[in-house]
Amino acid sequence: MNTHGHGQPPAARLDATFAALADPTRRAILARLARGEASVRELAEPFAMSQPAISKHLKVLERAGLISHGRDAQRRPRRLEAKPLAEANKWIERYRQFWELSFGRLDDLLEELKAEQSTQGRTRKSGATKQKGKGR
Amino acid sequence: MTNVGALQITTPSEREIRFERAFSAPRPLVYDAYTRPELVKRWLGAMPGWSWAVCEMDVRVGGAYRWVWKGPDGSEMGMGGTYREVVPGERIVNTEKFDQAWYEGEAVATVVFSERAGKTTVTTSILYVSKEVRDGVLESPAAGGMEMGYQVLDALLASESAS
Repeated sequence: MNTHGHGQPPAARLDATFAALADPTRRAILARLARGEASVRELAEPFAMSQPAISKHLKVLERAGLISHGRDAQRRPRRLEAKPLAEANKWIERYRQFWELSFGRLDDLLEELKAEQSTQGRTRKSGATKQKGKGR
Repeated sequence: MTNVGALQITTPSEREIRFERAFSAPRPLVYDAYTRPELVKRWLGAMPGWSWAVCEMDVRVGGAYRWVWKGPDGSEMGMGGTYREVVPGERIVNTEKFDQAWYEGEAVATVVFSERAGKTTVTTSILYVSKEVRDGVLESPAAGGMEMGYQVLDALLASESAS
């Protein structure tokens, strides 16, 4: 039902993105690459890790489409790919907004319901005590 | 004590995230707003440009609910589950799963309504299948706890607006 295109279904693509982002070393690598492309050796430097260990992380990031590598055969510089990250963030951003905006709107609705109730007088008992859930 | 308006997020156990929000309205009204579809449609999922595509709720034990919103670009966001426990005016327990969830398994949400001095606090505890899943959810900026994104995203946004 979701048709964002780009081959992989969006849910599967987001899975790969979030799995790749779940590791602090990989996030640090992305943060480094956000400042500009870098070789495996340059990426390994700030971490107490071997180049093969870093390469493993790079492979995960590459498979998630978060990074790519340049043409230069010797350095093979890695660079950040903006799109999957932006998509993941778009989803997360929606989730947070979802609750904050929703609750703000619920405040307004409740004010309206309270006003309605007070104009309807005190003879009526409110809400849940009437078992509204069953009717509709 | 929760101040009206402030959304509090805590982690009471290893697999849980808890949201707490107070409203200045009596409990039956807040419960109605949470359980009657025609009222739910007026507040839940109020993202700008988004509208309801499906809002179905059969609020009784074993009943199902299904919520789908449609975005301005035509994309949809959906979630749903079934009710496990319904105590009118007090407490609802339901399973929940986003169509696009990045976490595994179905989560179980417990919503408790409590009233004090005319203000109702709604506490929503979401229990995930494992600590790892919970941590994954928490690490997202959704809960404000993520160190990953901001530098990376700032840089991305800067480069995007520059190009």
